[in-house]
Amino acid sequence: MDLAFTQEEDAFRAEARSWLHAHVPSVPLPSLETEEGFAAHRAWEAELAANRWSVVDWPTAYGGRDSGLVRWLIFEEEYYAAAAPARVSQNGIHLLAPTLFAHGTEEQLARVLPTMASGHIIWAQAWSEPEAGSDLASLTSRAVRTDGGWLLSGQKTWSSRAPFADRAFGLFRSEQHTARPHQGLTYLMFDLRAPGVTVRPIARLDGKPAFAELFLDDVFVPDEDIVGEPGQGWSVAMSTAAGERGLTLRSPGRFLASADRLHELWRAKGSPEALRRKVADALIGARAYQLFTYAAASRFLDGEPLGAESSLNKVFWSEYDIALHETALDLLGPEGELADTAWSEPYVFALAGPIYAGTNEIQRDIIAERLLGLPKGRR
Amino acid sequence: MRFLLDPEQRAFAASLDALLTAADTPAVIRDWSRGDHCGGRALWARIAEAGVFALAIPEEYDGLGARPVELAVAFVELGRHAVPGPLVETVTAAALLTEPALAKRFLPSLAAGGTMATLASADAPYALDGDAATTHLSLTADGLRLSPGPATPARPSLDPARRLTPLLPGGELLSPTPPTDQALTWARLATAAQALGLGEALLDRTVAYVRQRTQFGVPTGSFQAVKHRLADARIALAFARPLLFGAALTMSAADVAAAKVTACEAAYTTARTALQLHGAIGYTAEYDLSLWLTKARALRGAWGGPDECRDAVLSARL
Repeated sequence: MDLAFTQEEDAFRAEARSWLHAHVPSVPLPSLETEEGFAAHRAWEAELAANRWSVVDWPTAYGGRDSGLVRWLIFEEEYYAAAAPARVSQNGIHLLAPTLFAHGTEEQLARVLPTMASGHIIWAQAWSEPEAGSDLASLTSRAVRTDGGWLLSGQKTWSSRAPFADRAFGLFRSEQHTARPHQGLTYLMFDLRAPGVTVRPIARLDGKPAFAELFLDDVFVPDEDIVGEPGQGWSVAMSTAAGERGLTLRSPGRFLASADRLHELWRAKGSPEALRRKVADALIGARAYQLFTYAAASRFLDGEPLGAESSLNKVFWSEYDIALHETALDLLGPEGELADTAWSEPYVFALAGPIYAGTNEIQRDIIAERLLGLPKGRR
Repeated sequence: MRFLLDPEQRAFAASLDALLTAADTPAVIRDWSRGDHCGGRALWARIAEAGVFALAIPEEYDGLGARPVELAVAFVELGRHAVPGPLVETVTAAALLTEPALAKRFLPSLAAGGTMATLASADAPYALDGDAATTHLSLTADGLRLSPGPATPARPSLDPARRLTPLLPGGELLSPTPPTDQALTWARLATAAQALGLGEALLDRTVAYVRQRTQFGVPTGSFQAVKHRLADARIALAFARPLLFGAALTMSAADVAAAKVTACEAAYTTARTALQLHGAIGYTAEYDLSLWLTKARALRGAWGGPDECRDAVLSARL
């Protein structure tokens, strides 16, 4: 058991730190949930990609550095410590890409990944529907066979990044009347600007269009854009869902950096006694999350699947994120109400954490049933 | 970076777990609570034989060298089985008695289990289990003293298995400058590990209980309100564990304090959950769960309560 990094890993950290120091914009970019900010973040993705920092753990053939998991964690620590911009490509990089690595064809990998890495194509996710959120398998939007592909119809909602993104991926019902709702689903990628797609932005709490409703009316998708086998979409999606909740969506680097900034803010405000406990807990929580992730990464590198354990992660970071940002707003006092401080947008973003990627209620059910072995019951 | 216990460390945990499972610790704890230390002493000897006390003692004094990771592994198991006695205090004594003359005099016996040490200080004026301990140390303004023994009477603890004893003043001055900071770090590490094991046992017992206890015709463990409390306990313990082993690797005061507060809070939260989900049976002394419940509260305050540990985390960042 050790926490030591190799000389090569330390050198990688130094290289990342030095590049970020030279390139991270000195003035924060506008919110990526605005048209202007989206474009600025897309340009930042291109800058990262030009120096092979956008997807360090991917194979070099697709724009990565083949860095492995540990160096990815190191890069993330440096990335957030440098206060680098939020990643507008994250839906693609953390949700679609792992699925393609597991189930995609060579042709799909070669076609989709390089443009994702460069920020040329930004991906939105299209999972939820008006009647299918936590109960995702109850989705009803349809994929109907046609010449050379499929026709998509129906409605998706809460599609993050969709107002300004280029393409989307999600599950569609390709067979009706199956024995179980999880059967007969197909995982498809589609163009948000294709004929038949209507994107209606939805403003989140702060009014910014962070997600959208998608209305699909016989949208043509060629066969080459199916991921995995038709009808097998549920297992295709679930095989990589653990990643969303687990390692990839929220790397510890983000919280380590946020906790450090919170601690600086606390000290700058004269170390108020009333918030001492919460600031200490934020520092401790970030360290706990970092070490938990190191342990998970070590097991993963030993060949163990992450599985239901990623649900522990998801509940932890999502609640931690809110507590940390609430403490920051409390520390700001009257300024905490302002919507344009460095803490306001991350606070609004944090509020969604327990809701998306499978609500925390669903995660607790998974923990209870799959990790603790409790009987299934009425939800 | 390979932040996982290696096979030998896991085997060490498994062998201690087997030893303690076979020892019927609930009976030992109940005897210990009544002042009958026979079973406890016999168990102590077996724990020493397994090498547990040697893990904080250099090889030249018959120890196994300072091996905080293995010590944490061991104390998780001692906590899981709620083993009574001044376990942490004996490890702490070993960390205090490092000057060569003292080490030569005390450490071989501590390593071998022949000495059961306890300790009082200005911050913690009651020595744990002074009536059972064979060596009584006292940290005073002028240094570390060998106290003539426990003062009577011992005061009861909220945990019936812990007896809190003031020590008689005076005694031989062992060292005017004992390494108290270092000893405190070992004490907190061992306490954190003990708390984590205790919390794991409380969770396991409660999960087993709600799987078999039925109400409204179904196991209570099928209710979402019950599941979610247990899931939260699982999360709290799961995130305390890497802090514990990370602290054992760095042995920095801040990391150990972070592990201490997190493990103790997780264990205490789990104890509250365990009590609630067991219902009235959990509120009785006769039911074995009580042996774990009361200890969770005691460990939370031992060797630096939550806010003291949080201060240690913050002060390391100045």
